[in-house]
Amino acid sequence: MSDTTNLLLSVTSKEALAKRKAREFREGIIQILLAIAAVSSVLVTIGIMEVLVGESWKFFTNPELKEVGIDNIFADFFNLVNPQWTVLFEEKHFGILTLLSSTLLTSFIALVVAIPIGTTVAIFLSEFAIPSVREALKPILELLAGVPSVVFGYFALNVISPLIRSFNQDIPGFNRLSAGIVIGIAIIPIISSIAEDAMRAVPNQMREGSYALGATRLNTAINVVLPAAFSGIVAAYILGVSRAVGETMIVAVAGGLQAIYSWNPLEGAATISAFIVQVSLGDIEFGSLEYESIFAAGLTLAIITLALNLVGFFLIKKYKETY
Amino acid sequence: MEQTNIMERTTIARDKVKAEVVNFNFYYGNFHALKNINMTIAEKKVTALIGPSGCGKSTLLRAFNRMHELYPGTRHEGQILLEGQDIMAKDVDPIEVRMRIGMVFQKPNPFPKSIYENIAYGLRIRGIKNKSTLDELVEKALRGAALWDEVKDRLDKPGFSLSGGQQQRLCIARTLATSPEIILFDEPTSALDPIATNSIEELIQELRNQVTIIIVTHNMQQASRVSDYTAFMYLGEIVEFDKTNFIFGSPTQQRTKDYISGQFG
Amino acid sequence: MTNEMPDLVDIQVIRRGIKSRKRMDNIFIGVGLGSLAFSLGVLLVLIGKLLVEGGKRLFGQGIAGLWNFLTSVPDSNPEVAGIKIAIIGSFCVILLTAIIAVPLGIGAGIFLEEYAGRGDLPIPFPKWMSNIIEINISNLAGVPSIIYGLLAMGLFKYQLRLGETIATAGLTLALLILPIIIVTTREAIKAVPQALREGVYAIGASRWQMIWDHILPASAGGILTGLIVGLSRAIGEAAPLVTIGALTFITFPPPFPFSPKLVGEGLHGPFDWLFSPFTVMPIQVFDWVSRPRPEFSVVNAGAAAVVLVVMTLSMNALAIYLRIYFRKRVKW
Repeated sequence: MSDTTNLLLSVTSKEALAKRKAREFREGIIQILLAIAAVSSVLVTIGIMEVLVGESWKFFTNPELKEVGIDNIFADFFNLVNPQWTVLFEEKHFGILTLLSSTLLTSFIALVVAIPIGTTVAIFLSEFAIPSVREALKPILELLAGVPSVVFGYFALNVISPLIRSFNQDIPGFNRLSAGIVIGIAIIPIISSIAEDAMRAVPNQMREGSYALGATRLNTAINVVLPAAFSGIVAAYILGVSRAVGETMIVAVAGGLQAIYSWNPLEGAATISAFIVQVSLGDIEFGSLEYESIFAAGLTLAIITLALNLVGFFLIKKYKETY
Repeated sequence: MEQTNIMERTTIARDKVKAEVVNFNFYYGNFHALKNINMTIAEKKVTALIGPSGCGKSTLLRAFNRMHELYPGTRHEGQILLEGQDIMAKDVDPIEVRMRIGMVFQKPNPFPKSIYENIAYGLRIRGIKNKSTLDELVEKALRGAALWDEVKDRLDKPGFSLSGGQQQRLCIARTLATSPEIILFDEPTSALDPIATNSIEELIQELRNQVTIIIVTHNMQQASRVSDYTAFMYLGEIVEFDKTNFIFGSPTQQRTKDYISGQFG
Repeated sequence: MTNEMPDLVDIQVIRRGIKSRKRMDNIFIGVGLGSLAFSLGVLLVLIGKLLVEGGKRLFGQGIAGLWNFLTSVPDSNPEVAGIKIAIIGSFCVILLTAIIAVPLGIGAGIFLEEYAGRGDLPIPFPKWMSNIIEINISNLAGVPSIIYGLLAMGLFKYQLRLGETIATAGLTLALLILPIIIVTTREAIKAVPQALREGVYAIGASRWQMIWDHILPASAGGILTGLIVGLSRAIGEAAPLVTIGALTFITFPPPFPFSPKLVGEGLHGPFDWLFSPFTVMPIQVFDWVSRPRPEFSVVNAGAAAVVLVVMTLSMNALAIYLRIYFRKRVKW
């Protein structure tokens, strides 16, 4: 009994109180440091927004635009009928669709390559491969994901492009078909891994219900697992598109650097990202129209990827909540 | 161990034998989950498997339609005979076995499809494509599962939109639609409320004269209410197997007595 | 029942159906393996092409040629041009990237898992703020690297006047890989069971003692894997560095701390290297592959790409190995 009393007393003694204060102080400092680390990620976003929105604002309100003959910059920027992007010429135009068309075209080609292959791989790994086979095969995809995109650019320019030109020598060496195909190869691991995660999150009891009726693995995969994992698979596609839209080095190396408005995949033309690279390769003057225009183009790209990422984020959240 | 006594009592008297488990052993890796199981399943009767958690009753039930083969690391010895044919044999196709033996699971697991498609799925994979045949069989199955009146106006709504008890009846209906010879019930009411449980039990009562049923249950009252035969399992063995009223009225084994009187489990 | 639906139970009909469905399954297995083989094939063709073309420069003149390539500065003559400056540049940039991103990323990961949203904090942290950070990180992870390039150009190079230096590059890549490190740190910490936390608290440990003594050791494998994946991504990135003008013809490595100055009197300061111009491996590959002469665009670019791929793939392979190793060792 007396021991207990002493212990209780000691908790309220002066020393114990001081000890507790010191501990709480130390713990508080640690929490503040960690919170700063966590909040720093928000600062990155604020920094990106500040730069993109700030420079774009300067671009759209730049008095020089009048001097180069553009009265209504928004009409020029969003000219969807006859867009031109001639920022480095005497007579300047800033029709974003010129660059955006290339971005959309290469991304579309990439999806045509990556969706069937990525989905098939995901179904195979999730529904057909036994765990040991799955663990043995997945590193192939992870290594593919680890290839730097400039090396994929080399592959597009020096392997895929010659392959395409072997059918027709008139096709230029820089073309968006080869860039798009290689972007597709580069995003296969993204699509397959997110889609596989979504399929594996489908509870086994749902599969068992199907097998118990006499279904095969393919029956079960198509009729039960795919519909159940639908939101996650769509998220995989959307995040794949987002990667394709922002992909830079492959198009900068192999897709062509001239800002031409064209929907012909066999022609070379600059995407938004390739144009940013092309401009920054030259000497650009800080604060010039050229300088500010790449931020306006970059803002367009950022808005597209942000929208895609938000949709993907909520779709993944949805399937994680379902199961 | 009164082996002889058990062996004598594990044969069913006057009913026709639908299936027979012969010297059946089952392993998860090195774990010996089922030890030398012998029992017979009477045709168009309800056989209940009872026993404490981990006694192997679900393992035995799932072996009937070879569910364990979906996962690696299991192994079995012995036979399960369906009308004399060993359905565990290597050369017998598990898919064919599953087409003859249906299963209803612990938690209702409707497919992510409409109510109609939930039922039609099993028929479609059996090659039935004719729309009017499908309609007819879907209605028949839903009526058989006492669900038709509740869902007939919303057959195109997702199966998930139903209540828990309705979902479980939907799962029974999709099994009924394919006219299996045996239906396995794996604790079909453990995730349901008392009212839904009651409706499932009534359904099993109605089905007992049409199809052979094996049911695993935790609930001893349920076993005594719905089953004709009961096997009490413990630590991977069948301790006692007999007509349900004998098991619950005058068990011969001390462990059975202890279990049904609630001394362990 | 049986008599009413003979087609349902006719075993021959069923068998034929099963056979054709199984055939579809087998066809799909073929397609699935084919898709995987395609991915593997691309990887092999890519590496093969690099070795064949780059090999002319790497192995064409024996071991001396390889050494010459690795230790020579850029040159207008493709046969003597090398990647020394790029290798040193990559090393310096990644060092700075790691110094910035590792503590920030791990710290943020710990905070989001062990502090944010928990009820008994020394200093309360509002739930809406952790939600914002959460959405923010998952969006940052999807921001294209070229956008980080614009951040580097607009903010670091011009507004903060860091110029075209290693400091700008290291900072940019650190921010780029921060989400990767945060996400993998969180996943590794999440895998530690709640029972361990309760057990440690129950013997009277403080929150930080619990984290430092138990959570971090238990999740070290996963965190380490994430660090390696993040840093290997940083080594391979060209886009965010092209925009700050890293593609210039440089023949001098960054000054080593306390080395004598080449121009003028005295020694370099310990941090002079941070503010020196640089190039890195992926930029070197991009520089060469963009040139018209095939000796550069095919051969030398291929040779530099071999070195770059060896760097990134060996780091990725290490990460894969570590993940499997730790998964085997740690069993919850």
